[in-house]
Amino acid sequence: MSETTAVSDPIYKTDALIAEDIDKYLEVHQHKTMLRFITCGSVDDGKSTLIGRLLYDSKMIFEDQLAALEADSKRVGTQGQEIDFALLVDGLAAEREQGITIDVAYRFFATEKRKFIVADTPGHEQYTRNMVTGASTADLAVILIDARKGVLVQTRRHSYLAHLIGIKNIVLAINKMDLVDYDQAVYDRIVAEYTEFAKSIGIDSFTPMPISGFKGDNITGASANTPWYTGPALMEHLETVEVDSTADAAKPFRMPVQWVNRPNLDFRGFSGQVATGTVRPGDKIRVLPSGRNSTISRIVTLDGDLDEAVAGQSVTLCFEDEIDCSRGDVISTADEPVLAADQFEATIVWMADDEMLPGRPYWLKIGAQTVTATIQQPKYQVNVNTMEHLAAKTLDLNAIGVANLVTDRPVPFEAYAQNRDLGGFILIDKMTNATVAAGMIHFSLRRADNVHWQATDVTRESHAGMKNQKPAVLWLTGLSGAGKSTIANIVEKKLARMNRHTFLLDGDNVRHGLNKDLGFTDADRVENIRRVGEVAKLMTDAGLIVITAFISPFRAERDMVRQMMQPGEFFEVHIDTPLAEAEKRDVKGLYKKARSGALKNFTGIDSPYEPPVDPEICIDTTVMSADEAADEIIKRLIP
Amino acid sequence: MTTLTSPGELGAARLTHLQRLEAESIQIMREVVAEAEKPVMLYSVGKDSAVMLHLAKKAFYPSPPPFPLLHVDTTWKFRDMYALRDKAANDAGMELLVYHNPEAQEKGINPFDHGPLHTDMWKTEGLKQALDLYGFDAAFGGARRDEEKSRAKERIFSFRTASHRWDPKAQRPELWHLYNARKAKGESMRVFPISNWTELDIWQYLHLENIDIVPLYFSAPRPTYIRDGQLFMADDLERLEKVLGELPEITERSVRFRTLGCWPLTGAVESEARTLPEVIQEMLLTTTSERQGRVIDKDGGDASMEKKKQEGYF
Repeated sequence: MSETTAVSDPIYKTDALIAEDIDKYLEVHQHKTMLRFITCGSVDDGKSTLIGRLLYDSKMIFEDQLAALEADSKRVGTQGQEIDFALLVDGLAAEREQGITIDVAYRFFATEKRKFIVADTPGHEQYTRNMVTGASTADLAVILIDARKGVLVQTRRHSYLAHLIGIKNIVLAINKMDLVDYDQAVYDRIVAEYTEFAKSIGIDSFTPMPISGFKGDNITGASANTPWYTGPALMEHLETVEVDSTADAAKPFRMPVQWVNRPNLDFRGFSGQVATGTVRPGDKIRVLPSGRNSTISRIVTLDGDLDEAVAGQSVTLCFEDEIDCSRGDVISTADEPVLAADQFEATIVWMADDEMLPGRPYWLKIGAQTVTATIQQPKYQVNVNTMEHLAAKTLDLNAIGVANLVTDRPVPFEAYAQNRDLGGFILIDKMTNATVAAGMIHFSLRRADNVHWQATDVTRESHAGMKNQKPAVLWLTGLSGAGKSTIANIVEKKLARMNRHTFLLDGDNVRHGLNKDLGFTDADRVENIRRVGEVAKLMTDAGLIVITAFISPFRAERDMVRQMMQPGEFFEVHIDTPLAEAEKRDVKGLYKKARSGALKNFTGIDSPYEPPVDPEICIDTTVMSADEAADEIIKRLIP
Repeated sequence: MTTLTSPGELGAARLTHLQRLEAESIQIMREVVAEAEKPVMLYSVGKDSAVMLHLAKKAFYPSPPPFPLLHVDTTWKFRDMYALRDKAANDAGMELLVYHNPEAQEKGINPFDHGPLHTDMWKTEGLKQALDLYGFDAAFGGARRDEEKSRAKERIFSFRTASHRWDPKAQRPELWHLYNARKAKGESMRVFPISNWTELDIWQYLHLENIDIVPLYFSAPRPTYIRDGQLFMADDLERLEKVLGELPEITERSVRFRTLGCWPLTGAVESEARTLPEVIQEMLLTTTSERQGRVIDKDGGDASMEKKKQEGYF
């Protein structure tokens, strides 16, 4: 087999029209469509080389860049004296030293028919999050395989992730064909192996092609080195493949409201980007979650009112009626409205170094709405290499699992498989503001509007009235050995003497019963506090004054409990004892054990304590006796 | 001509690449206005700023864009730029803030005597000072990912610490069109709504939408001089002479600019392109990249843009 360069005359050479008739050229190019795709492969599969080749062959590389590239290729390149295309796309300084792409980089090139945006995503195992990020906006995925190596663990992982994120167009680019002498048998064997795997994970179809990014085979035109291959060249396929957004226009109309446009009292419009479907003036619409109906009166743009707007367009809609509609609401066709729910099953891709904490409240952003959500313990985690389902208590960095989650209010949604814009969400840590996860809704567990609280005739007010008291929660938090239990006990005795109806929930006691299935990991600590919070809440409904004594080391959970209670009924009491003092007291001998390593995850030693920022009551035990502390607390509770 | 906002003859389901880019940029701008407390748009008077400002008008119409424009000035911009800046802000019905770093002004920092310090003090430091002074928590910038390698990895919402540092390792993942704009007090976001536009997209859009740009982008006979092997325009002879001690040899040439900045730092190209289509034609037939004309990228070697960004440059 000859080793000639496969393509001598790329069909994507500079269009003759540019020189001859630029106005005609512009007219043609105004009608280009756009395709976003990702390339994925392992570190050595030649991804960067392939992208460099696409840029080069579509004449997106200028002379100065080429000169720099040639110099760089000689200095740090890995291809001897030949041009190292990978250097064109490996951007950040640290990466260039390591010779590895480590983040998502976006590249651009265009042909006569299309503009392309390429997300270059890394193949390293620890960077699942980058690939999911790059794939989330892609219409197509190019999965690269080294012809010498065949289907690897990474190939399965990339295919699984591409499929998970809902990419329907998958290209299997069997690369480095030049290094296996363009052997059809090698190609056929890899395609057969991949076909079997693809079926097993639910990929219905894919487009295989034999290529060499380095030599240029089957990139822009049919290669003479692979006469046995009759399919399209890569660029040809990218130019003609149907884009997902075409299908979006055929779906029912949905638009999340980003911003209410109110320049003066006479105009009120709702701005957003149409997620799916088409909208016209006169269309009957419904706003979710309120469920109110109206009719579209105008579609307003700077260029004048439109007769219709389709999926993908950013517009401002006006209604015929003055109905409530605000940021985060979804405007949908009244014939086939979206549903709203507050409990979902979803796939979650964890993207933070800190593991997921079931029960902890996170911000959930979906469409244009941000709500509070808590995730339950995962039903299972997926091994992304074998697609096996594994039992899991939490999810850590790059883990993918399925879990139920609960939001604090109804959210208009659609299943991710139907609608990426209304089914995809991110989770944000409330303390650090980091984006910690991406999620895809499968379905709602029940419709929020079917959920009714059981109305009870004896209300919480009557419970409290019978006891002649105002219910409250005195939430004592502090280090182990700070004096929480001692003080709580005195407070309860004193309140009892004042004829108050109380109940003391003590950390140690609760762990013998209600929470005996929980340990001391961060995840279990969160669940421990969540359950205690729920119990305390029921007790306040019964009119009781609840006193709790828990280390409760994390602010997020204390805030969560505060949110559960009626306003003014939650008193955060910081039993403030310095670590050194608590350790000196060491009533239960626990600090000694923790210091010796016999006790793991001990607060203050190898697990953090986050002191309250603005507690209702602060008790400094170094200047106050337990009895004085109890008096101080009661004085604040019953002034 | 079909307007961009109507799907046109492509049929309802197929938006053109410019329509998709426009819609994406508008969606980004609306997210920022909805989530930030005090946004601002950095306006450099260049062609990218012109597109960004036009998109802002579209995003909020019939309201004027609900934020001011901020020009971090170096006092060394082309005179044509100052003229268009004031007109553009006025036409858009937006407040225009102009900021000069007082320290740079006092020390007489200029592009001839101070090299990289000129950009650092006037632009990088000036920008930080202006953002702090007004307390802006989100600033739109017109950077594009195709401009430079380290830009290719930049997020659309780029998170900055309270001291304006950019940490390429600590950027938030951006999925779908969901942007996380939450931040602690003092921290801020730089937002790049035209990240996914290329130079050609910008030119095509300017043409299609009839957007006003600085005449320097079109070729005309202009006074020029050669310095360090590059062609420059003598925009202010008096000042040029004052700084250099004597005037360099000035020759009238037919030149235009592919990118605009400080006139002593912005290389001109000889050209006969006098209309937008001709400029586009020349660009498509050209063989050097846009930032070639910018001296700024070359200070400090290969990774210079990345270093500047970490220090707070746009």
